[in-house]
Amino acid sequence: MAETCYITHWNIIRKHAVIQNDKVEPINEIFVNFAAYIKALYKKEKISYPKFYKMDNLSKLGFLGAEMLFKDISFFERCRKEDIGIMIMNSSSSLDTDLLYNETIKDKSNYYPSPSVFVYTLPNILIGEICIRHKIKGENAFFVSDLFEPAKVIEFVNLLLDKDRAQACLCGWVEVIKDNFESALFLVEKEKTIKEYLKRNEYPCFNVENLTQLYQNN
Amino acid sequence: MGTFVNDKMMKPVYIAGDNIVNSLGFSTIEVIQNVESGRTGFQKYNERSLTPAPLPLSLVNTSLLTERFSGVLSNRHPEMHEKEFTRLEKMFIVSIDDALKETERDIYGGNSLLIISSTKGNIDLLEKGESEFPDPDRIYLWKMANMIGSFFRFANRPVVVSNACISGIVALSTAARMIDAGLYDHIVVAGGDLLSEFVISGFLSFQALSHEPCRPFDIARNGLSLGEGCGTLILSSILKKSTAITVSGSAITNDANHISGPSLTGEELAMAIMKSLNEAALHPDDIDFVSAHGTATLYNDEMESKAIEIAGLRKVPVNSFKGYWGHTLGAAGVIESVATIRSMESNLLFRSAGFDELGVPIQLNVVRKNTRTQVKNCLKTASGFGGCNAAMVFHKV
Repeated sequence: MAETCYITHWNIIRKHAVIQNDKVEPINEIFVNFAAYIKALYKKEKISYPKFYKMDNLSKLGFLGAEMLFKDISFFERCRKEDIGIMIMNSSSSLDTDLLYNETIKDKSNYYPSPSVFVYTLPNILIGEICIRHKIKGENAFFVSDLFEPAKVIEFVNLLLDKDRAQACLCGWVEVIKDNFESALFLVEKEKTIKEYLKRNEYPCFNVENLTQLYQNN
Repeated sequence: MGTFVNDKMMKPVYIAGDNIVNSLGFSTIEVIQNVESGRTGFQKYNERSLTPAPLPLSLVNTSLLTERFSGVLSNRHPEMHEKEFTRLEKMFIVSIDDALKETERDIYGGNSLLIISSTKGNIDLLEKGESEFPDPDRIYLWKMANMIGSFFRFANRPVVVSNACISGIVALSTAARMIDAGLYDHIVVAGGDLLSEFVISGFLSFQALSHEPCRPFDIARNGLSLGEGCGTLILSSILKKSTAITVSGSAITNDANHISGPSLTGEELAMAIMKSLNEAALHPDDIDFVSAHGTATLYNDEMESKAIEIAGLRKVPVNSFKGYWGHTLGAAGVIESVATIRSMESNLLFRSAGFDELGVPIQLNVVRKNTRTQVKNCLKTASGFGGCNAAMVFHKV
């Protein structure tokens, strides 16, 4: 039987809006392409992390989502880094970067495969990037599915939270394919670790109804 | 060697069927007979369409694969044509079909699930034109998985894990935890990856490949060898084989250090090992054999030796099956688990192929020759790009 868990923080990045918990911020700039969009958002958030520029599009998007979600919160004071799990899903795995890498080997007279591109042809590198940034050492899993399905997310996350395999889990959906993208990340914490915060805050319970509502909110 | 009980222990999750498809054969028995007789599956390849440099690779025999697949097709779907399937899908289907032969009852209903593990799936479709394969969208891992799931008429949509070189163990761990949580009674876990220029050129660009068959843990090791294949393990809360073996613990950790280099200390892999032992309610002394990741890169094997020591397993016999058929990427965790389980069934530890003289900082007990001994509890480990580590414990009841 799963313990009661709450979604304590969330961040959604879409073409037309960025949602940080209850706050919806419309993006008013005209969309040019993903590269310009993500760079503008990175600058706007005033993050200083030079490795960001070396990341592929999928990692940039998920990294930025996690960065915004974890900003100014006391979460890391109440949860050990070994006890934090990460579960991310998407539809096209690392296909966006696979296509890029394939360009480097397609033409035998212009052959330039590079390890710095090839390493990103695995979707879980995104999880690795988030782990490096925040020194998170707990359970990881990357699943590939056609759609963001709240019931599946809950099923997979509960497997990590059961039996104290993890005390909290960063979970959600990070998808990029060319200029189509979406990141929706949620931090799920157990009732027992956030007891004192529950008195002051009302967090949505981690269930299908709430996850669906938070995801669809735009 | 007392065992203890704790509140984390899983309910029994049995092995109910298994298969290996790789360069050494199309069934677990065939592959393990070859291992027992010391045969390895590498051949030098130099075809430009496959590899930019001459390399030892462990490939599945294409004409035998086609033959096996045609047999499965005419038996299960005579209305379909071989051309509707990719090379990797054929491997998956042949592997799953063979593993299912061991379970005597229908396990495709609502209480069953198929989990597919793969790093790159049908990546060769990127190199092919639409004239060569009619459905380019099967580059999507979930589309490939749906095709395989519907081939066997699984009622539930398959789950796909893609977590670099630990994918196979993540898939098995997910399956075991799902059965433990009562979500399903039977889960078929199939891991597969194929070799194409995409993957080979990438590992070459990393300068991670050995020009001779790989030599895990050896002083002369200088890189990994790539292999392709598919492995299937059927986990069940009800069905079991004549020798009852369970998945009794698993854990995954992240180094949080580097996306393509292993941890310097091995502490995080050690943490995964200790957590999985804890879940299995076993002490390090209870472990009879460690089936290591053992890629034969300088740094991986070094890191692994440190992790094995930290976890208190330094004296336990250890091997790497990669000396037989290379690193099979998303299939590795499943294929090597099947081989480990065969060691448990036959009480026989297999020589670590390619190993001669120890070349890691910790004095590991690497298996030098096939050894008959009681094999009751085994540990399987894996590590991969993205800093991920996985450990799983198998227990003979």
